Amino acid sequence: MSASARESQQGLRRRGVLMAIGSLGALTLGYAGRLFRFAGGMSVLLGAMLGDLWVVLVLRRSRFRGEHVLSQMVRVGVRAIGIIVLVGLAIGVILPLQMYPKLDEFGQAEQIATVNAIAVFRELGPLLTAIVLSGFAGASIAAELGSMVTAEEVEALEAMGLKPVNFLVMPRLVATVLMMLMLTVIADVVMIGSGWFTGVRLGIDPDLYYHLTTEAVDLTGFGTGLVKAGIFGVLVGLIACYLGLSVKPWQGSEGVGRATTATVVYSIVAIIGADAVFTIIFYAYGLFS
Amino acid sequence: MMASDAYTSAGDKGEQGSGRAATSREPMISIRGLNKRFGSQRVLCGIDLDVLASEIMVVMGGSGCGKSTLLRHMTGLMEPDEGSIRLLGQDITQLSDEALKELRKRYGILFQSGALFNSLSVGENVALPLREHTNLDARTIEIMVKIKLELVGLREHTDKMPAQLSGGMKKRAGLARAIALDPQILFYDEPSAGLDPVTSAQIDRLIIDLTRKLDVTSVVVTHEMDSAFTIADRMCMLDKGVVLKVGPRREFESLRDASVESLKSERELLIRQFLRGASEGPITDRQQSSGYAEDLLLEDMQGQER
Repeated sequence: MSASARESQQGLRRRGVLMAIGSLGALTLGYAGRLFRFAGGMSVLLGAMLGDLWVVLVLRRSRFRGEHVLSQMVRVGVRAIGIIVLVGLAIGVILPLQMYPKLDEFGQAEQIATVNAIAVFRELGPLLTAIVLSGFAGASIAAELGSMVTAEEVEALEAMGLKPVNFLVMPRLVATVLMMLMLTVIADVVMIGSGWFTGVRLGIDPDLYYHLTTEAVDLTGFGTGLVKAGIFGVLVGLIACYLGLSVKPWQGSEGVGRATTATVVYSIVAIIGADAVFTIIFYAYGLFS
Repeated sequence: MMASDAYTSAGDKGEQGSGRAATSREPMISIRGLNKRFGSQRVLCGIDLDVLASEIMVVMGGSGCGKSTLLRHMTGLMEPDEGSIRLLGQDITQLSDEALKELRKRYGILFQSGALFNSLSVGENVALPLREHTNLDARTIEIMVKIKLELVGLREHTDKMPAQLSGGMKKRAGLARAIALDPQILFYDEPSAGLDPVTSAQIDRLIIDLTRKLDVTSVVVTHEMDSAFTIADRMCMLDKGVVLKVGPRREFESLRDASVESLKSERELLIRQFLRGASEGPITDRQQSSGYAEDLLLEDMQGQER
């Protein structure tokens, strides 16, 4: 290959790199813009929600729709119990089996109980419940609200003088948070139980396993897990309601489908992001020592 | 300006049906200088329109003429860029959220699809505004729901879910819900869209009956000419976001039946073509004269702007 040919090839490559950086920058800016708008819209919805909760619960100027919350909890959460139990059972088997060989090498096989307890209560219980619920509750809420928009039902509500935030968002959000907390407790119990069973099958003394588990988890560990669960619930509910109501009437079923997919994706990203942030905060405040 | 011309002529000649006392009656809805743009597109340009008490006003126009947008403005679902909309004596563009919420109890809307809440039964749909906005006990609400459903001929379908209803029945149920709070004004968005001729005629009958029985003012947005001429006291023709003509039904009937030669203005010819549903006339010429390629280019540019 001649020198000039090599040079021109280098030039081409350099230009390619520059273009790649340029388009990457544009892409990032585009994403940042969309993220900003999304976060703004979500904050507005959250603000309206909190204002509404204040009016309902503190000022008592408007009725709290307890029956709506209850029916949403059934719709959103009860169906998810089976899946949560199934996932919990699997995790309780996976975790001890993965850890056993290494811990056994050090003669610390019984520490499976400690690791399992910490991982489940602080992390896996809330996280997996939230991910399952973003598929169950999040997707179904987004699809329902989206179809209500396309069927003019949301406009009809407004025309009747009923606010969609008060009437649609609040019961769903409250139901998601409550169900998230309950399902997390169920997931915790199932994962610990399944871990205990696996540990015992691996030859750990049942009583020792139980003892180590209760020693590893105090109220703080359980509490921080539930705090996370509550926050994940707010995120899933808020994202689902926001994206569902953001469907435009003329977008039709395509818009509903897009909102549903986006809800699951955004929820999972938001859940894991928030998890990282809160874990760092809890760690910094020494809650894990 | 042209709208107010037409309006005075409506007052002079309004002698049929309930249009008789038109001059002495206070307008229930009064729109002045209404402007609305979507991006670079002007959808409503300086709309002036009055709707009088106890009349049925039919707003007509082709697809995309702005009639649905006008309805959304009248019902407070959209905010205008400029202009005022007085409803029952209050300018809804100036009202606070709370005041608008109160005012909304005094008018009802029948949406194109009926807009029933799919998760509630027909009876619960009609009961919803009563439960939310009144302090009536459950027994009274149940009776009122029965009465409203009887009025629209659906009493035996109280417990059905919306998914089990036909298109016409959905509209009837939506109408029962719209009249639940005994409104003073009823808005209808394309009431005969998607219905077979017989069902459509029944809905027309219902609109007339309800307007007379409940003494409400009705605003009907439609492009079905048969239905429009059956129910209207007065009519309003919109085109490209402009009011072409407002007047009693009779004036529109004579325009429709007039020969092409007797009409002088382009506007009259245009209205005539629309009323007759003819395939040839000024509307068609307009569509053909604008260059197709030019339109495509324009659309493309608007798409990029967005």
